[in-house]
Amino acid sequence: MKGFLLTRGAQALLVILIMSFVIYSLIGLMPGDPIDQMISADPNMTSADATRLRALYGLDLPIHQRYWNWLSAALSGDLGYSRLFAKPVLEVLLPALKNSVMLLGLALFMSICIAIPIGTLAASKPRSVFDYGVNLFAFAGISIPSFWLALMLIILFSVILGVLPAGGIAQSDAGFWESMKYLILPAATLTIASVGGHARYVRAAMLEVLRQDYIRTARAKGAGAMRVVWRHALRNAMIPVVTIMALDFGTLFSGALITETIYSWPGMGKLIFDSVMGNDCNLALIALLFATTLTLVGSLLADICYAWLDPRITLGVSEQ
Amino acid sequence: MVMLAPAIEKLLGLNANMVDLFNRMQPASDTHVFGTDELGRDVLLRLLYGGQVSLFTGLTAACVAATIGTVIGLTAGYFGGRLDAILMRITDGVISLPLLPLLIVLAALDLEKIGLPDELVNSEEVSFYRIVIIVALVGWTTVARLVRGATLSIKEREFIMAAEGVGAGHLHIMFNHILPNLISTIIVAVTLSVGNVILLESVLSFLGLGIQPPMPSWGNMLTNAQALIWEAPQLAFYPGMLIFITVICFNFLGDGLQDALDPRAEY
Repeated sequence: MKGFLLTRGAQALLVILIMSFVIYSLIGLMPGDPIDQMISADPNMTSADATRLRALYGLDLPIHQRYWNWLSAALSGDLGYSRLFAKPVLEVLLPALKNSVMLLGLALFMSICIAIPIGTLAASKPRSVFDYGVNLFAFAGISIPSFWLALMLIILFSVILGVLPAGGIAQSDAGFWESMKYLILPAATLTIASVGGHARYVRAAMLEVLRQDYIRTARAKGAGAMRVVWRHALRNAMIPVVTIMALDFGTLFSGALITETIYSWPGMGKLIFDSVMGNDCNLALIALLFATTLTLVGSLLADICYAWLDPRITLGVSEQ
Repeated sequence: MVMLAPAIEKLLGLNANMVDLFNRMQPASDTHVFGTDELGRDVLLRLLYGGQVSLFTGLTAACVAATIGTVIGLTAGYFGGRLDAILMRITDGVISLPLLPLLIVLAALDLEKIGLPDELVNSEEVSFYRIVIIVALVGWTTVARLVRGATLSIKEREFIMAAEGVGAGHLHIMFNHILPNLISTIIVAVTLSVGNVILLESVLSFLGLGIQPPMPSWGNMLTNAQALIWEAPQLAFYPGMLIFITVICFNFLGDGLQDALDPRAEY
């Protein structure tokens, strides 16, 4: 286990390092040069000044040297300034992270609470009307464009009914219910988009478990159908499901980008979008790297959960 | 229906890009079956042309991605050993990346800085090529894994040994003997990914990074509609509904094909 953790940790670090270089180079290829933006507001600046500024900031160096300078500064804790927000990057990043955790935590929680019962019920009566209904519902959830779903919800609840705000976040001094109002639509959008996939995983895992011998034993000993499903099978069926949830934890941070952008929810996803579109190089770089790290941590967590929950699996012995 | 767009255009005597500022945001009527948008253009025709663009982008990008995935999966599965390990680690790495933010960065790149010729960068189709390449770059992983798995099992069969016995080269065995047996796997993977690609295309176009107006696509039609949800909510309804129906159809098709072609899946 320890060896496995070390190997996977080292692999993840390597991926992060490679990604930091890739993202750094990509950001350099985006339109807009930081120096051009600095001097465009000032007509007194000449091209000689621009060259001098470029040398001052080290922007005339070849890319690998610039990357190295950036990396050593970042590792020593200097992440730079955000141009859009005129604050150090970290001060912008942390509140966004908090907002994202709030939104995604709620969405994931609701999704799990709905997916586990309906997935289990569907699997306990395969090929029933309910099963087909869940399947249709799951496909609808996977196929629905989340930004369109968000628009439809805004039209229904904000434009036609006028009961919920169309976007944004409550003032910090607002009461609990007032701030919940802003959370409902984005969280509902994310939940609808993910609950179908989760229900399908639960159903597939449950069907797999219900075929096992010990389920037949439990049935033979006279345990009722409901007892077999909920007491004997569910616990084992949860193993792959927990893994999927851990994977989702990582990907959701960036995956909520569209939902957050449409509802103007100031989370990580919107931050990434805004910083990329607004040519805020420092912020975009760190936010993207952060999202990558979270995704990798999520997949590492998924593997650990898997081994921890299921003693039959030994990690690191062979990788298929 | 989508294929018939030009015919319907003639029939209605309208033009998809024809601007009619006197009839902006009309509700459905006899001349404009689905009404008109903020510039007085006919929504039905724009939906049909947008469908051509969205479907064509989806199919092309899925096929390009499948080609990359097949070559990588086939190579990894056939040669095995160290090459397999390296290729699969790369695949794992790409899978574990946050997809959407990277797509947005790629879509925002300044093509002139990469050194592409000017006439290409400024041509109308560049947004189409760009989106196909971007989606293909990140979309090949599923196919690669499936193809590798299938290759591993096929290469142990007797007829491969027979082919080796008569002196066939590696490339010949890979493409003439193994590839035909992978077709069903690849078809399933492509069908399932077309839906995803259409979703990605619509998201990027919706954010203004994909297909550029005036060329209509279902995604960029929604961008304009978002600004107008207070005045004309019906404009936001149709394109999204069409994306939804198309994607769900491809997903059902892929799922059905998977069940039909894979006898091991019992349910």
